Amino acid sequence: MARLWRFQETIDTDVLAPGFYMKAPLEELADHCLEAIRPEFASSVRPGDVVMAGENMGVGSSREQAAEVLKHLGVSAVIARSFAGIFYRNAINLGLPALTLPADLDLPSECVDGAEISFEFDQSRLTLTEFDISIECEPIPSFLKAMIDDGGLVPHLEKRFSTETVS
Amino acid sequence: MTTLAQKLIADASATPSAKIGDVVVCAVDLAMIHDSGGPRRVKPILERLGRDVWNPERVAVVTDHYVPVESDETKAIQELTRAWVANQEISNFYDQQGICHVVLPERGHLKPGMFCVGGDSHSPTGGAFGAYMFGIGATEMAGVLATGEIWIKVPETVFIHWSGHLNPLVTAKDMMLATCGKIGMGGGRYQAVQYAGDAIHDLNMQERMTMSNMAAELGGQAGLIAPDETTIAYLQSVGADVPENWQDYQIEQPDLNGEVINFDAAALSPQIAAPHSPENADDAEAFKNTPLDVAYIGACTGAKYTDLKAAAFVLAHKKIASHVTLKVAPASLRDQERAKDEGLMQILQDAGAEFLPNSCGICAGYGRDRLLENQVCISSTARNFKGRMGAPSSQVYLASPYTVAASAIAGTMIDPRDVMEA
Repeated sequence: MARLWRFQETIDTDVLAPGFYMKAPLEELADHCLEAIRPEFASSVRPGDVVMAGENMGVGSSREQAAEVLKHLGVSAVIARSFAGIFYRNAINLGLPALTLPADLDLPSECVDGAEISFEFDQSRLTLTEFDISIECEPIPSFLKAMIDDGGLVPHLEKRFSTETVS
Repeated sequence: MTTLAQKLIADASATPSAKIGDVVVCAVDLAMIHDSGGPRRVKPILERLGRDVWNPERVAVVTDHYVPVESDETKAIQELTRAWVANQEISNFYDQQGICHVVLPERGHLKPGMFCVGGDSHSPTGGAFGAYMFGIGATEMAGVLATGEIWIKVPETVFIHWSGHLNPLVTAKDMMLATCGKIGMGGGRYQAVQYAGDAIHDLNMQERMTMSNMAAELGGQAGLIAPDETTIAYLQSVGADVPENWQDYQIEQPDLNGEVINFDAAALSPQIAAPHSPENADDAEAFKNTPLDVAYIGACTGAKYTDLKAAAFVLAHKKIASHVTLKVAPASLRDQERAKDEGLMQILQDAGAEFLPNSCGICAGYGRDRLLENQVCISSTARNFKGRMGAPSSQVYLASPYTVAASAIAGTMIDPRDVMEA
């Protein structure tokens, strides 16, 4: 069963992808993801887990490894009150769903760190499975959703270039 | 009435009506990449796409993050960078000449009216020249290099309006820390930030670059300043052609559009921001007597020629406190040479400074030179996130070069006006 990783503090790019390991291969960098604030994250996160953060998720550097390590570790979506602009674009470009919570939404008290969840990308919906409570995120604009459906910007461009070659 | 941001995007996208909220595709005039997010990341993607860069003349490459080379890994990164630049026939290559955001303008690459992207979050620095410039990640950059275009949502403009005039020993850095303190790191909402008002147009170009640079810390996409005679004089000084239509971009109407946040420059005191966020800013006086181990003058934000001159002004005929280490990493080779010619480097050295290469240095936290466990640093850089500049237990306070230099002398944090009056 997938779980929710809920963060109260602001998550910056430097705790997601620490500078000192930026020269290392992605697998090694991913081992240090969030270690400054949640040392057990990289070793405990499982494919399908969802990361939920507060305001300005991914603030800081342009390093896309900040989103890439989460995808590498199997995180299926990042949900936040708001995103830093570059991180948001990077996540979408890498095919990692980034969803914003509605501004007026009060999160249910059951939405805690470690909660069992399921996530449906097509519906932008997170479900707390133990309580059968659903949280509807803001829908992703359709042209960005198409990019995520293709697997990110690179496969999206491959598709476009192959059409251009044909025509 | 359109904003400067709308005008720049309308021109780049050939959609004269560019309305706020519209998604448009823009042609890119200049794409800048560096050794970390650049060739080593975009080369495999371009190969997968079967494309070369769309126009080598519109690409600039700078090595600044893995400088100096200190391991086999970083040596390989630099060799890959050089080989790729040669292979793609890119002539705008600045190898170990300084930090990308400072090297681009000093080589005349940024002008009013341009639409640019950079593979680095401090790319809004280019906005100081009346260009729309913003940072993107490596995959998106590969897309730009393959196609020459990028999508953008036409932003609102958040005006940061500074009336009045700054007092001596108060700088653009203090203006930005005060702004971060007031509206927070998300205050820019990924919209276009535009700086306006008398105090902005008083600033020289490198001080304006500090304003635009730290639009990143406000969460803005761009950090624009309308071009004026100072902009044009700078372009001429670096031998760049002045666009004939530059006055078309003299658009600054904070009372007509968007959100306006007002500041009085005359009332501003030197600022310090406490760990671990630039928004923890307050008057330097509030941090008086806070002990420190390291004083750092570095980065695109805080080690340009103007910043070195400010530090030297405070440090002339003085010595740093015996328990303090002062490290200076001039932001570009050209700025360092100019400072040397004017005797500023000698002043810094005589005061007890150690020099680091012309690169991102400790600010990026990529290399061997890092803060140690529990070290307290006062720094002229832009970011004091936990662990960014070294050990997670290290503490970074942000301030202007004046304040960093004065604190190095005092051995504790201090308002630079206290040192200069003493």
